[in-house]
Amino acid sequence: MNFEFRAVYWREMVKFFRFKSTLFSSLIQPVMWLAFFGLAMSKSFDKLTSLLPNTPGIPNVDYLTYMGAGIIAMDVLFSSLFGGTSLLFDKKYSLLKETLASPIPRINIVMGIGLSSITKAFIQTGIIIIFGKLIGMNFFKGYDIIQTLVSVVGIFLLVGIFTLGFFFLSGSIAITVDQPEGMQSILTLLSMPLFFISNALYPVDSFPEVLKFLSIFNPLTLLSNGIRYFALGTNFSVMGGHYIYTTADITMYFMGLIFFALVMLSIVLWRFDKVDV
Amino acid sequence: MTTNVIEVNNLEHKYNDLKAVDDISFTVKKGEIFSFLGPNGAGKSTVINVLTTLRKIQKGEAKVNGYNVAKESKEVRRSIGIVFQMMCIDYEMTVFENLEYHGKIYSMPKNERRNRINELIKLTELEAKRNTLAKDLSGGMKRRLELARGLMTKPAVLFLDEPTVGFDIQTRMRIWEYLRKIKREGTTIFLTTHYMEEADQLSDRISIIDHGKIIATGSVLDLKNQLGEDLIYLETSDNKAAAGVLKTLESVKGVNEDTKFLRVMLEGDVTHILPKIMDKVRQNGIEITTVNIKKPSMDDVFIHYTGHGLRGEELEEQHENIKIAEVLK
Ligand SMILES: Nc1ncnc2c1ncn2[C@@H]1O[C@H](COP(=O)(O)OP(=O)(O)O)[C@@H](O)[C@H]1O
Ligand SMILES: [Mg+2]
Repeated sequence: MNFEFRAVYWREMVKFFRFKSTLFSSLIQPVMWLAFFGLAMSKSFDKLTSLLPNTPGIPNVDYLTYMGAGIIAMDVLFSSLFGGTSLLFDKKYSLLKETLASPIPRINIVMGIGLSSITKAFIQTGIIIIFGKLIGMNFFKGYDIIQTLVSVVGIFLLVGIFTLGFFFLSGSIAITVDQPEGMQSILTLLSMPLFFISNALYPVDSFPEVLKFLSIFNPLTLLSNGIRYFALGTNFSVMGGHYIYTTADITMYFMGLIFFALVMLSIVLWRFDKVDV
Repeated sequence: MTTNVIEVNNLEHKYNDLKAVDDISFTVKKGEIFSFLGPNGAGKSTVINVLTTLRKIQKGEAKVNGYNVAKESKEVRRSIGIVFQMMCIDYEMTVFENLEYHGKIYSMPKNERRNRINELIKLTELEAKRNTLAKDLSGGMKRRLELARGLMTKPAVLFLDEPTVGFDIQTRMRIWEYLRKIKREGTTIFLTTHYMEEADQLSDRISIIDHGKIIATGSVLDLKNQLGEDLIYLETSDNKAAAGVLKTLESVKGVNEDTKFLRVMLEGDVTHILPKIMDKVRQNGIEITTVNIKKPSMDDVFIHYTGHGLRGEELEEQHENIKIAEVLK
């Protein structure tokens, strides 16, 4: 068994905390999402949907809180998708050479950087939950301390698996393409449908059937739903719709994300195996 | 116990149809500096990549530190240090951190790692730069950091692919000093270079490699002695005709035509042969404009064996080499 992924992780974290500009932007990014997008959108949505009748007897969730889960998902999606970009530069400037020439299996590189992506995602998730609380995002409403803790752990688990999946995807692209521009356009192309065919920011109920169907398989939907299961409860209404999440649902979200991450892991390992020094 | 740290037999390597390495065999003995001297594209890096297991061996057999390159790549990798042709240190990390990372990925325990880092920082005289980001080091210091990194795990052999390419003379000579120091501490070094002077200054033994083939192997002295004790450089009114005439002389071992002059290799003592040569040339109605007697240099050796000087793009560097030779004197 190899533990050298810890060395790779150490190196990533040293550099993460060293670059004040990237550190700052990764900390400020979730706050911006919430402050600008979240507040602006929720104000107008709440106005539009205030006329819709709520299901009686079911806790009603305001739009900001509903969307908060999606904002975590979006934020983590973008940072992990672009997380592989550093690999591309490492490859371009031969930084990978040293590690690739060492006796350690290449999976250590993937896991080490993956772990650093998870760390960054956790920091961002934490910021959104805390800052969200300050501006009126009502996560964990009516939970006691144990319930809150369990929910936080659940959310972080989901975020971790999701981040690994998308980092592996982005790492596979980074190790395959040669130009940062090429990577940029592939990522943009990928993130568009992920972004829109999901229920991260609004319910998919009124989508055309095809999109609705596709959205079920979107990891972003799985993560948003999973976070809502933990943060909003299993039974709530929002914007006139009534949502119930069962244990079967949350199990499916976990399984779906794990499956996605494993598929991406095998792809990234296959791509790494092809890298010539 | 084998004293050969590297053993290569009939190694061949192709890129598609291009035969980059063509049936080469050689050994590197424990404790020596062994050089591959050859022009760009000769196949030097390919050999290094195969020996360091970065490229799969295609044909032939190679052993490094007693381990088979084809079957025991992990053991081979644990036995070696590499300094690549292209600089590849992490510019955003300090000298210490670069070494620390290397020690970590080679699973060195913390104590051993820290001790070794201290030793190597001292050896490469980077003490004052310990906590400086690599990007703020001078070119020569970056190379020294790479040397230190290559030595972290106390490798049985250190591979250096063109260690001083692109550096100015002073920096290059400084790096040579460190390489000698490393050798004195008992590390075996395999290096490639296309600088004559580098091979000359550093190597215990040299293989001249051209078009993927080893043309000659030996110590610097052996190789030079092949050319006789002294060389005569002649400039005449008709070099071609003069060469033809000289080849018939028994005391002349060989003649190379260069762009401007003839390089005459001798069988015997120059003081006796030179008058004969001059007479013979004049008798054939050819005018001699200059005569020069010289000890053979690596350039002469290289031209002798390959039949050509270093090609086009290296000419400029040859001028550099001449300057180096002057500085060395
Ligand atoms: N990855 C590669 N793919 C195809 N051809 C290559 C590759 N690497 C080197 N070559 C070719 O193989 C020959 C030897 O190259 P190389 O070993 O790099 O020589 P050197 O290091 O002596 O300059 C050259 O003709 C070069 O163009
Ligand atoms: Mg080369």
